[in-house]
Amino acid sequence: MIEIISETRCIECDICVKICPANVFDAVSDSAPIIARQDDCQTCYLCEIYCPADALYVAHRADGPLSITEAEVEQRNLFGSYARALGWKRGKAGGTENDPTHRIRVAAV
Amino acid sequence: MSPNLVKSASSDPLQLQADVLVLGGGPSGAWAALAAAEDGARVILADKGYLGTSGATAPSNTGTWCVPPGENRGQAVERRWQRTGGLADQRWMLRCVDQAYDNLLKLSEWGYLFPHEDDGQLYIANLRGPDYMRFMRRRVLKAGVTVLDHHPALELLSDGDAVTGASGVDRQRNRNWSVEAKAVVLATGGCAFHERILGATGLTGDGYLMAAEAGANLSGMEFTGKYTLAPFETSLNKGLPYRWATFYREDGSPLLDANGDQVSNGIGEREKDIAKALIEGPVYARLDQAESALQDWLRRGQPNCFVPHDRAGIDPFKDLFRITLRAEGTVRGTGGIMLATSDCGTGVPGLYVAGDAASRENMTGAVSGGGAVNSSWAIASGWWSGKGAATHSRKSARKAFRSVSKPLGEAGLRPSGNARRDLRSADIIDAVRAEVIPLEKNYFRQGTTLQTSGERLENLWQDVRQHLYADGPERVRSREAASIAASARWSVASALARDESRGMHRRLDRPGNDLSFARRIIVGGVDNLSISRSEPGREGIAS
Repeated sequence: MIEIISETRCIECDICVKICPANVFDAVSDSAPIIARQDDCQTCYLCEIYCPADALYVAHRADGPLSITEAEVEQRNLFGSYARALGWKRGKAGGTENDPTHRIRVAAV
Repeated sequence: MSPNLVKSASSDPLQLQADVLVLGGGPSGAWAALAAAEDGARVILADKGYLGTSGATAPSNTGTWCVPPGENRGQAVERRWQRTGGLADQRWMLRCVDQAYDNLLKLSEWGYLFPHEDDGQLYIANLRGPDYMRFMRRRVLKAGVTVLDHHPALELLSDGDAVTGASGVDRQRNRNWSVEAKAVVLATGGCAFHERILGATGLTGDGYLMAAEAGANLSGMEFTGKYTLAPFETSLNKGLPYRWATFYREDGSPLLDANGDQVSNGIGEREKDIAKALIEGPVYARLDQAESALQDWLRRGQPNCFVPHDRAGIDPFKDLFRITLRAEGTVRGTGGIMLATSDCGTGVPGLYVAGDAASRENMTGAVSGGGAVNSSWAIASGWWSGKGAATHSRKSARKAFRSVSKPLGEAGLRPSGNARRDLRSADIIDAVRAEVIPLEKNYFRQGTTLQTSGERLENLWQDVRQHLYADGPERVRSREAASIAASARWSVASALARDESRGMHRRLDRPGNDLSFARRIIVGGVDNLSISRSEPGREGIAS
């Protein structure tokens, strides 16, 4: 579930507050948003790819929180890693035309 | 809470009018809104979350059931029908593949970038969830639809004859909303019983309860036995990579089937062996059947499947990783609101249904439609329901909006007895989950176990109905708890009525099909349930 909003990366655009389907964040004036309802997070990773600053980190454990530091996420180059895998950049969509899933489906038969 | 949280102080309710109100912002809701707007209807779409990220599709990458026009079309449908446990309806299947194909081409014309195959042909049989739903949002806004994000619906409104709108709460501004509409489309998705799977936060069966309160029936609710493999404790309920997996016990020894062969390919018949092993203890997997080209396609084509592994520091092609089977309720099950007409009407005047909120038995019978069939169904049923609702709104155009609309919501909003503040929504959901999530109760079913679950859920329902109460935005949670409890109760009652095994309804005490059960199980009612079987040969309504 959502674990980290990096205050050093966050540009306070509040896009995550708007787009989170589970309403996990609350906006705070003149500051980064806060994770207000962590347990509602559905671990869909969508906030990460919508974030124009790669400031969010969703940990892989969906059943509850786990402890990971911003320093570790930074050091392992995990901020924005899912967006890069998709071909999204700075919160902008892209990359569907390069999706090789049709090859997987042929192989799966 | 910190005092500088950005919250509107306004508590004035939002009151709007529309020709068509669409509840839900997944693919079926988006297509419904587009279809109704194309017919000139004034459309409002209200979503619990955000149109673009809500629902089971947005976080995923889904195939479509894509059957091009031509001579092979009938055969493709016939072949698929053979796998549906005899409960699907070929007329609906044919019209669905045709409508979905048309709409997939529309997506391409509108500028959604599909990949190309090696021969240069566009490949339209796959949609990447985040991109697809973001694209649909833009399209819906461009069509002039009013979109209300973070506006969960709590209940339908009725004038006694027809559904006349819905009301709910704007959860980010803490104010009530209501929309008077000439027709309402329920595109609220299925019920995942609060399992932590992709998209499931919002998929709590709200539409089922709202529809039942309005007098609609449900069908196929026993088909909630679909589970999908996921890395342990993660949300990634995507089975495709396990096509190339082998499976192991906790001591590292290979998982063997009844013939002593090692279990591999976890998305076919071997799934039952994995389910049995998971009841006995932890199970591990490794994607070691995928050669290197395939590894690359999997990583680039299904990147979210690898996010949990990368973050856990695991190479799933080389390392063993612990797995689980995640329950998927009616999301990849097939049950839902019964369709009464070809335009996805529910039989209640003014109320239409689309996507996973509707029963998908017409399409896929007793087996899961997986991502692909459900995806095409969302496109087609969304389209038909939007057209149906727009047509209905024109017919009732001469009727002025009536002031006699009454709210229909009961459980979780208006308790029949004393409100009990100690009755918590989260506890109710936990109690429901104890009956409908464990593999030993819901994957492998038995009459005695179902009977016990049914009694527990009945008692729980009495508590919910008589005592569950909340106010303000907390009503969203109390209604979700009520909807989850109602969905489980319908599911177990229907499973008891299907005294045989068929598709994902696996009764250990009744192995094998019984020809007399090649019919739909229909359940109606909220407090007092009525169960019936469809007439033979009348499975597909209006066929």
